[in-house]
Amino acid sequence: MSLDLETVKRISFLARLKVDDAQLENVRDDLNNILGFIDQLNEVDTEGVEPMVGVGAQEMPMREDRVTDGGYVEKILANAPEKAANMFVVPKVVE
Amino acid sequence: MSEALAKSISQSELTKLSLAQARDGLKSGSFSSVELTQAYIQAMDQTRELNGYILETPEIALEQAAASDQRLKEGKAGKMEGLPIGMKDLFCTEGICTTAGSNILGNFVPQYESTVSQNLANAGTVLLGKTNMDEFAMGSANITSAYGNVENPWIATDGKPLTPGGSSGGSTAVVAAGAAIAATGTDTGGSIRQPAAFAGVVGMKPTYGRCSRWGIVSFASSLDQAGPITRTVRDAAIMLECMAGHDPKDSTSAQKEVPNFEAALTGDIRGLKVGIPKEYRMDGMDPEIEKLWQQGADWLKSAGAEIVDVSLPHTKYSLPTYYVLAPAEASSNLARYDGVRYGLRVPGKNLDEMYANTRQQGFGEEVRRRIMIGTYVLSAGYYDAYYLKAQRVRNLIAQDFSKAFQDVDVLLTPTAPSAAFPLNEKPSDPVTMYLNDIFTVPASLAGLPGISVPTGLNAKGLPLGLQLIGPAFDENVVFRTAGVLEAAAQFQPLLAR
Repeated sequence: MSLDLETVKRISFLARLKVDDAQLENVRDDLNNILGFIDQLNEVDTEGVEPMVGVGAQEMPMREDRVTDGGYVEKILANAPEKAANMFVVPKVVE
Repeated sequence: MSEALAKSISQSELTKLSLAQARDGLKSGSFSSVELTQAYIQAMDQTRELNGYILETPEIALEQAAASDQRLKEGKAGKMEGLPIGMKDLFCTEGICTTAGSNILGNFVPQYESTVSQNLANAGTVLLGKTNMDEFAMGSANITSAYGNVENPWIATDGKPLTPGGSSGGSTAVVAAGAAIAATGTDTGGSIRQPAAFAGVVGMKPTYGRCSRWGIVSFASSLDQAGPITRTVRDAAIMLECMAGHDPKDSTSAQKEVPNFEAALTGDIRGLKVGIPKEYRMDGMDPEIEKLWQQGADWLKSAGAEIVDVSLPHTKYSLPTYYVLAPAEASSNLARYDGVRYGLRVPGKNLDEMYANTRQQGFGEEVRRRIMIGTYVLSAGYYDAYYLKAQRVRNLIAQDFSKAFQDVDVLLTPTAPSAAFPLNEKPSDPVTMYLNDIFTVPASLAGLPGISVPTGLNAKGLPLGLQLIGPAFDENVVFRTAGVLEAAAQFQPLLAR
């Protein structure tokens, strides 16, 4: 699978990364190199094989639906780049 | 001490003691934790050019050492009381800056302690500092850290500075150089085992779920595991017992009792079946490594084990599988670094621009590369062809191991395809770098415990390691076999040369 520059731009947007136009070709070549390596997986016959999501017990451990945490706003905001009135401040979202 | 062998190591006698020896010395009152910690602080000073630490915490260490001495006096010593360790900078340490080797977290001060570092603190350890690492644990040479490369304290006879391996390169470098008695690492595709081999120390990745991941900066959630990096197998057993245990805050942590791993070191492997997976013998394999692997099998056979050829047919697909799954999981885990709640924020005209500016600037090249791959393989139209496909192959890889473990008790393989390579000769293309993980990735995908034991030197005087892989939750057999391998190899650590 070979990527074109448009696809690289689209992936960058999905990943919220900003690739300079000057860098686009390098990034494309880089990614194509890795994807070429990954293509080997098509050699494997996986007919009837379940996808393995993770290792170990597949059942989600449950707990009682009670509030057992929280109430420490200062800690949550401690690393905030910008905060006001117990909230994180961000640039406005342009619709 | 030949200058050709060691770049930079501790000069202190006290730091030559293994973790087990120091534990016993502290208990018997031969020296205090404060004395031991001071020796290590001096060692950090003497080895600073290795850049093994991102952040040194000597004042905290001395405070903790004094508290440990008090507990030792009162007979309330924990299992690792007073022992000075390094902590990979991927573990959130409350009130102490934690960077994950990245600029995007350069100013991040966790408001909570990771479960594993808390477990170690509860056992009485002393924190010397946060060790350097590849950014977000992505790398095999510790050359992607935003805080500079780490140098291996071992150097070849030609004198070139070498990589300590990665991503836990800082941890293995400081342990090998005597600037910590032990250190924590994390292993996603080999990040404890491979740098342990490169630095001539022991590195153990336990079964997935053995240690809690809570408070460890996430890279790939179905693969990440914390583990010990130490000078000896016994030390690793002691440390893993302190690190491990079920944690209700990590729903992937196993509800399994933690055995006394040190007790597994019986030295007896008579009748043990050791599997040699034939697919790990690669074309163009380094003949010195092949010879060491055979030597390892011979040592185990002399100790009474039965050597059995086994097959893990899907081995060659482990790396491409890993390089779909790990970046995919990483792209999801690293989505949280957006400049909103913590870490770096680079301003933008609007929110989307702020995200893009922050992430482009805050993440290094390798991290951005992997996020892009991960985003692509998860994107609409490609999810089935890549991500689901890789998960099916992962299943086959895990089944290979299960089948093999019906016939053998433990597997013996090399840890890395080469010894430590020069820092300025790193492969220029990422895929060549990824091949460093070829022997370690399969056990990660299958979630199985694996240890690297230093067992020999190559012709350039550099350490080589052998890996033992066990069935899920049978760290005991891995430790037992590793202990025998270590005893047979009689590998001389850097500090003893």
